Formats: sequence, C-alpha cells, structure tokens
Amino acid sequence: MQEDTVAIKGIKDGLLITLSSTAEWPTITGDLAARIDEQGAFFQGATVTVEFGERPVSKHELSSLKALLDRRGMTLSVVLSDSATTLNAADALDVRTSTAAYTPGRTPNETLAKTPDAINPEEEGTEGVLIRRTVRNGRTVHSQGHVVILGDVNPGAEVVAGGDVIVWGKLRGNVHAGANGDETAVVCALDMTPTQLRIASYITTSPPGKRRRAKPEMAVVRDHQIIVEAWKE
Amino acid sequence: MGQTSQPVPGGRPNPVRRISGGRVITVTSGKGGVGKTTTTANLGIALARLDKKVVLIDTDIGLRNLDVVMGLENRIVYDLVDVVEGRCKLRQAMIKHKQFPELYLIPAAQTRDKTAVSPADMVQICNALRPEFDYILIDSPAGIERGFRNAIAPADEVLIVTNPEVSAVRDADRIIGLIEAENKGPGKLILNRLKNDMVRRGEMLSPADVTDILAISIIGIVPEDETVVPASNNGIPVTLNESSKAGVAFRNIARRLNGENIPLMQVETSGNLFQRIARIFSGG
Repeated sequence: MQEDTVAIKGIKDGLLITLSSTAEWPTITGDLAARIDEQGAFFQGATVTVEFGERPVSKHELSSLKALLDRRGMTLSVVLSDSATTLNAADALDVRTSTAAYTPGRTPNETLAKTPDAINPEEEGTEGVLIRRTVRNGRTVHSQGHVVILGDVNPGAEVVAGGDVIVWGKLRGNVHAGANGDETAVVCALDMTPTQLRIASYITTSPPGKRRRAKPEMAVVRDHQIIVEAWKE
Repeated sequence: MGQTSQPVPGGRPNPVRRISGGRVITVTSGKGGVGKTTTTANLGIALARLDKKVVLIDTDIGLRNLDVVMGLENRIVYDLVDVVEGRCKLRQAMIKHKQFPELYLIPAAQTRDKTAVSPADMVQICNALRPEFDYILIDSPAGIERGFRNAIAPADEVLIVTNPEVSAVRDADRIIGLIEAENKGPGKLILNRLKNDMVRRGEMLSPADVTDILAISIIGIVPEDETVVPASNNGIPVTLNESSKAGVAFRNIARRLNGENIPLMQVETSGNLFQRIARIFSGG
C-alpha cells in the first residue's frame, strides 16, 4: 500500500512528491519519512514540490510536513493543491502555491517534451480566487491574484486584489483592483454601483442619484483617471 | 477521522444538535431598537395561542427587557445566569405566563454582563429544553459580540428583524454574513415597522428594496402600528389585541413558522391611475 500513498519523482526544478488525497494523514507522513529514509542521503538538498490533490491540509499539518522535510535536508518550495484550506495554510507558512491543474514544473517534461515546438494550445492564464457567494457587510476578500465573485458585493464589504476583480452580480461595496500598483487592472460587474472603486492608486466613487437600469460595465484606468464603460469584448 | 464512524445525514456540521424535540429559533438583528424583543414576545404568545409549548429565553444579560414586555418582571426569582452558575435548577428559572400555562420565560440577569454565559452553556440549556417544548425562542441582544454568539450558538433557525431603513438593513446584512459563517443558514427576514403610505410615496424602502440587498426570504412584514408601544409598556403584547394590524402580522408569522402557507401582506405600491402614469414617466 506504500506505493499508493506517496509517489516521488524528479522534475525540472527538483522533486515532485504526490501524496494520496484519501489515506489517513499519519499514514502518509509515516510512509513519506520511510521512503525518504530508504534512500539515505540521496534526496538531501533537494527542492520539493508537494502535490496534495483535494485533501484539506491544516497549517499545523503542513508545518509538520515542512519540518519533516527540513530535518532531511530538503526544502518545501511549492504546494500544489485544489483545496482552499491547504492553499491558505501554505500562504500562512510563506510557501509558494499553485493549483494542481497548473503544475509549472511538470508540464515541460511530460507533455511538451513529446511535442517539440508545437504551438501550445493551452492559455497561460493567471491565478485567481473564486468566491461563490455574496460578500456581505463586514466581510473582506483579499488576494494577490484576481478575484471572481459569483454573487453580490454588498455595501460595507471589501474586495482587494492584486489583479482584476470580476463581480457576477451587483457591486455595491468597496473594491480595489491592481492593489500592488497595476494600472492595467480592471473591475467588471453586472451592476456597477460601488461605494468606492480603486484601481492601483486611483480612486473614484459612484455618481449620486438612482440608476435607470443595471447593465454590465467595466472600470479601467485611462489618461490617469478611472473611467467606467459598457462591458464588451 | 475514524473510518468506522457513520456519515452524518445531510452533512450537518454538528450532529449533536437536532436531538428530537423542539426547534430553537433565535431572533436577532445587529442594530438595536428595531424590535427584536417585541417580536420575540409576540411570536411567543402567537405560538402559545396555537397550543404550542413555548419557552422564551432572554440572552440580553445586563439589559433585560423581555420580562417587562411580557409583563412578568415582578415574578423573577432566578435568571439565566443563576442556571448557568448552578444556583438553581432550570425549572426554577422558568416563569409561567399569566394567561398561557404552556408559555414560559427564562429571564436574563440584570446585574451581570454577557460574559457570564458561554455559547456552550446556551447549547446545553436548549438541549435540556428541547424534549419538553415545541419552540424555544431566543431573544438576542444588539451587536455582534459575545451576546450575539451566545444567542446564535444553539439555533436551528434564525429570524433577522430589520426596519425599512438603510442603517438597519446594513446591520442585518452584516448579521446574515455572520450567521452564514456559523453554518446557521441565511435565516429569514422580518421586516418590522413598515409604513405603507411612505413606501408608496417612495420615501421608505419597500420589501423589494430590502430583499434586493439582503437576498434572503421574508417570513413576515409587520406594519407600523401605534398600539405596539402601549401594549409593550403594559406588558400585554400586541398579539393579544385582536384588532391590531401588527398583531395580525405576528400571528401570521407564527403560523408560517408552524408550516402554514399564508401569503405576505401586500404593500400597495401602485397608487391610483394618475400616480401610476406619473411614475412611469418619471422612470420610477
């Protein structure tokens, strides 16, 4: 059963360790330690990418795994996971993260190597978070990447993103896109009436008075000011 | 993570809850003064009138009011904190209503503060009451601190009281977010003190305006009614007044809680023909 819980293989920038997303956590850590120790000092100094799949891993569990690798002279550098809990834990421990679908270390070796010079049909894409509910008064969403919200952003809620903010609903709270200074960031909403809208260091408010009819709009920075225009391609 | 444990039906987060017996319903609002206590008192009486066994719990420790509105202030011997701290049995703190023998009140303590009770205490008390009662109604204090968490901890369902004004709706939105975070569902809304003529003139938020922001279902609309205040002052909740419009609204909410399908009060927004035409041209 050991083979199933832990898989170790070499990738471009070090080791990829894939852990079973179903087995008990203590079993996995035990198996992992055993597998590494079997190899003696072979893995020492390796940079490790760990793939957790859908398993939610707590900060405590992740930090113990990191310590386990540290003790064997290995460095946990990237966490691949489909679980928000795991990604948050990795964030808290300052470990780089990625979703499992997007594995930068593995793709070049496994797929692209077989189709040299082929035009990569895969869109590069960038990272983001998806919030599938209404963000209510007093709640906040912070992300270094993009933020997509399937729901409303109510007055008193706050959304801050390093990249773009897309609201599939009514945007009525505070929103800040390009929070790290990216003036090309945009804010899109089906109904754009934010309390306050910021892009990079620019700031604006919604014009007072009632709107006639909600329509999808996009806010961008142009000529050093934020303008809001109808949302089209 | 024991693999032998049975999966919890419906993925309920806390399998300890929902022991057979009564429903625990918390009445809350965030903002103060919107009518939580009035609502709790009236729903308690309205449910008792439907021959239900009901116990009301006031969790507003330090600022208790429910006993006054229920007209039971002078009968208090023991209170919620006495129960929690073991100075009396639960039964001893339960005050029987003068008119309905199956309606009880557990009053809050007046000389302590919210920290005298913990959320776990509330869960334990409600679980002890469930087998004996059909409904356990909890009157929450204003705010989002400890008192609110005490009130929400044992809840199966949450009723959010709000008024048709922007500040109250904002606070209700905040509260709904916190309730969702506690996995207590979005809750249901009671829109209190609605003035029909002001809504018609566009001077007050309509039920549609409120649900547009809050996006949860309304279980009752209570019209502004001048008989409510004197009724509360006299300790005879307005539900007992057959001719009161607010009383009718509270009785309807009780019946909806009880599973009856009663249409909501319609707000007459259309006005006369001339007003309607004027509104079309003004884009309203």
